[in-house]
Amino acid sequence: MRLLTHNMLSSNIKGVANGFPLRIEVEKVVEKEVEINHDFLRNIFPKIDWKALSDASRIMGYHELPEEPPEPSVLEADIEFLRKFHHALLELHLEEGALLCPESGRKFPVNKGIPNMLLLEDEV
Amino acid sequence: MKLKQLESLLGDLQQFSNPKVELEQYPTGPHIASRLLYTAENSFDDISNKVVADFGCGCGTLGAAAALLGAEQVIGIDIDSQSLEIASMNAKDLELDIDFVQCDISSLGWRGQIVDTVVMNPPFGTRKKGVDMDFLFVALKVASRAVYSLHKTSTRDYIKRTAKRDLNASSAEVLCELRFGVPQLYKFHKKKEVDIAVDLWRFVPRRSGERTINLRSAV
Repeated sequence: MRLLTHNMLSSNIKGVANGFPLRIEVEKVVEKEVEINHDFLRNIFPKIDWKALSDASRIMGYHELPEEPPEPSVLEADIEFLRKFHHALLELHLEEGALLCPESGRKFPVNKGIPNMLLLEDEV
Repeated sequence: MKLKQLESLLGDLQQFSNPKVELEQYPTGPHIASRLLYTAENSFDDISNKVVADFGCGCGTLGAAAALLGAEQVIGIDIDSQSLEIASMNAKDLELDIDFVQCDISSLGWRGQIVDTVVMNPPFGTRKKGVDMDFLFVALKVASRAVYSLHKTSTRDYIKRTAKRDLNASSAEVLCELRFGVPQLYKFHKKKEVDIAVDLWRFVPRRSGERTINLRSAV
């Protein structure tokens, strides 16, 4: 599971007011290189929850993203920054571990890169 | 990529080994899948360089087609772990980078309309009544550009009314009518193969403000 997916997924347990972002428990991270697309990064940037991405990338072992979101103009000019954004968003995979509901602490296991978000009957 | 080439690649994908009737697991054939994605890309520019989600991805046919046509990121979501295993293998075989999530679409938690396009061949609701509309409801909450979906032609008027009135669609168009060949997969199937008239729909969601949305089925 990439951090782009993590940036969109939330816990939908009954009674939970805000299930985003899911906390990450790492057991195994895999890095897979993928070709960079600058325009895509510039287009997706406004939709990304920066704090969630930056916190998550740190937990996955990558410390290059600033805690504060950059000014949009940085994405136009700073290719090095785009590289870091790209790496965090698309090249870090949580292969084994868990995602935790931020309110209830309920664990959603991640195996072979696939998070299991199935809810129990009383959670729906 | 040419349509024929896409269709051929999709034809090599592995399909359900033990389809589950209660989930209405039917493979989306390469003929329909290639045409659905080809239209989405060439007529509407909804696939290449976009984030695409495949709802009820099954063995991943639609998602794979999206990736082959240049989607920047594809996410396949399905309730069944066996299907997701097959979908993962299919993605690996085609050297495609697809994220998979195991989830019941009706209870999917998503931050907002961050995905560009949703493509899906949802269950028709023959086993679990109304599930086709559940899928559509959620898809229109998650997509910002378009939702492509297949529904029985017999439901056409109902969908047109409901999508715009209740499900947040600003437009709902039938792009074409197709014949979905349902092979003799299950014990209750009497015929060798049956053709069902199916509409390929394109819905455009109304945009809403971004907030965490609790996606409980409304229908």
